Amino acid sequence: MAISRDGGVTGLLDRIGRAAVTGIGEVGYAATLLGEGVMWLVVGHARRQPVRIHQVFQQAMEIGVLAVPIVTVLAMTIGVMLAIQGIHTLRTFGAESRVTLGIALSVTREFAPLITGILVAGRSGSALAARIGTMRITQEIDALRVIGIAPVRFLVTPALLAMLVMVPVLTFWADCVALLGGGLFVSIDLGMSLGAYFDQVLDAIALDDVLHGLGKSAIFAVLIALIGVVNGASVTGGAEGVGRATTRAVVQAISAIVITDMIFVFLLTR
Amino acid sequence: MSQATSQILPDADETAAGAGGPVIEVSHLNTHYGDRHVLKDLNLGIQPGEIMVIMGGSGSGKSTLLNHLLGLLHPTSGTVRILGRDISKLSQVELTKLRCKMGVAFQGGALFSSMTVGENIMLPLREHTKLDEQTMRIMARMKMEVVNLAGFEDLMPAELSGGMVKRAAFARAIIMDPKILFCDEPSAGLDPVVASAIDQLILNLRDAFGMTIVVVTHELESAFTIADRICVLDQGEIRIVGTPEEVRASEDARVQDLLNRRPEGQEQDPDAYLQRLTGGIH
Ligand SMILES: Nc1ncnc2c1ncn2[C@@H]1O[C@H](COP(=O)(O)OP(=O)(O)O)[C@@H](O)[C@H]1O
Ligand SMILES: [Mg+2]
Repeated sequence: MAISRDGGVTGLLDRIGRAAVTGIGEVGYAATLLGEGVMWLVVGHARRQPVRIHQVFQQAMEIGVLAVPIVTVLAMTIGVMLAIQGIHTLRTFGAESRVTLGIALSVTREFAPLITGILVAGRSGSALAARIGTMRITQEIDALRVIGIAPVRFLVTPALLAMLVMVPVLTFWADCVALLGGGLFVSIDLGMSLGAYFDQVLDAIALDDVLHGLGKSAIFAVLIALIGVVNGASVTGGAEGVGRATTRAVVQAISAIVITDMIFVFLLTR
Repeated sequence: MSQATSQILPDADETAAGAGGPVIEVSHLNTHYGDRHVLKDLNLGIQPGEIMVIMGGSGSGKSTLLNHLLGLLHPTSGTVRILGRDISKLSQVELTKLRCKMGVAFQGGALFSSMTVGENIMLPLREHTKLDEQTMRIMARMKMEVVNLAGFEDLMPAELSGGMVKRAAFARAIIMDPKILFCDEPSAGLDPVVASAIDQLILNLRDAFGMTIVVVTHELESAFTIADRICVLDQGEIRIVGTPEEVRASEDARVQDLLNRRPEGQEQDPDAYLQRLTGGIH
C-alpha cells in the first residue's frame, strides 16, 4: 500500500531515516533550549536582559493555579479507584486491611506524578506550543528579536521556571487529594476511621517515596516545557500548522512522560 | 534622496560609522534555502535620510533580503553592514545595541496579542531604558499621536482594524527614535484610502525625524509615491537601482514587465516551459 507507492522498501527506509534525523535534530534543539534557558537565568542581568519575575508568575498562575480544580477531581478519582481495586484484589486473600500500603505507595510514587504530568501536558504543554507557533507565523518572534529581546529569555525561561515549580507543587497536592480519596472509600467500605487510615499511610510511606514522586514530576515539567517549545518553534504553514504542532506536542509530551516513568521504575527496582 | 537630504540633514553621529557613507551597505550577498540560490550577489547602498523602496514580484526575494538587513538570517556569503557594522559578526550585546537604532514595522503588524496596544508600543522602552512608568506612557502617547492613533492605547491588538494595526506597528517601530526604519509591505491588504494615508505617514516620518527608511513592497503606486530611490528585485537579482524616473525609463525587459504588470516571460523559452510542465519526463 503506502509502502509500495513510495518506492518499496527503499521508500520506507528513506522515511524512517528522515524521521530519525528530524528526531535527533529536535532532541539536540531541546538540549540547546534548556541550556540557553538556564543561561538567561544566570547571565540575564549582566546582559541587561533579566528574566522578568512577573512573567514567571503569570505563567505559574496559568500552569499551576488554574489547573488545581481539574487536578483535584482527577486525583480524587484515582485515589478512590485505587482503593476499590485494592480492596477487591486483596479480598481474595482476606487481606483487605493491607490496602492502605498499596494506595500510599502507588499514589506517591506513581499515580500523582503521572496524572499531574499528563494533565499539565494536555493543558499547558499544548498551550505553550500553540502560543509559540502562533507567534512564529505572525512574526511576533521576529519582532521580539528586532526589538532586541532574546525570545528564549522572554518566552522559554519563564515557562520553564513556572513548570519546574508548579508541576511538583501540583503533584504534592495530587498526593494529598488522592490519599484522601482513597481514605474516604476505605473508611466507608472497611469501616476504618480516617484517622487510623492516615496513621497507616504515614507509617507506610517514607519521605523518600514522596521525594521520588516529586523529583520525577520535576523532570516531567522540563520535558513538557521543552517539547511544547520545540514543536511551537517548528511550526510552518499557518493556522493548520499550529494545530498540528499542538497535537504533536501533547502526544510527544505524554509519551515522553510515560517512557521516562518506566525507565525510572526499571532503574530504581534493580 | 533629493528632497530628503536637503530638508533635514542627519545628526553628525548618525553617520559616524561611515562619515557620510551609506547607512546600509550590502555587498556580494548570496543566500541559499537548501540548494536554491535565492539572493544572487546583491550589492546595494542606502544613504542617510532616503526612502529606499525594494520592489519586486512575489517570490523575488524581498522578504529574504529584509531578513538579512535585520540580521534575522545569515548569508551564505557576502556582508550586510548597518551603520558601519557587519551585522552577522556582532556579539549578542552589540547586536541588541544596534537593534535599538533600528525599527521594524512588520507586514502583519506583529503586535503581541497578549498585550494592549499601549504596552506593545512601550515594550522597547521597558526593555532598554530605565524610564519610569509615567514617562514611558507619555512617550508612547506622543508616538501614537504621530501615527494618528491617540486614545487607543488600552485596546487589545485584536480590537483594531487592519490600518490601525499597521499604525500601531509604526508607533512601536519608532518609539526608540531609530535611525533606520524598515517596513514590510506597509500598504498590502489595505483599502486605497488607508493605504495612501500610510504612504503619507512614511513620508512624514522621514521629513519630521530624518529617518532612513527601507520599504519592501510589491505595490507599484505606493512605491512610486514614496520612493527617493527604487531597487527592483527579480528572481533574487537586482535589476536596477535608481530614482523613480530612472526606473520608469529603464530599458530592462523584466523591469518593464513588472511596471506594466505583465506576468513573467515564461513563454519565451518553450523548452524550459515544457520541461517544467512534464516534470522532466520526456
Ligand atoms: N524558509 C524558506 N525555505 C525555503 N524557501 C524559502 C523560504 N522562504 C522563502 N523561500 C523561497 O525564496 C524565494 C524568495 O522568497 P521571499 O523572500 O519570501 O520573496 P518575496 O518576499 O519577494 O515574496 C521564494 O521562491 C520562496 O519560495
Ligand atoms: Mg514577502
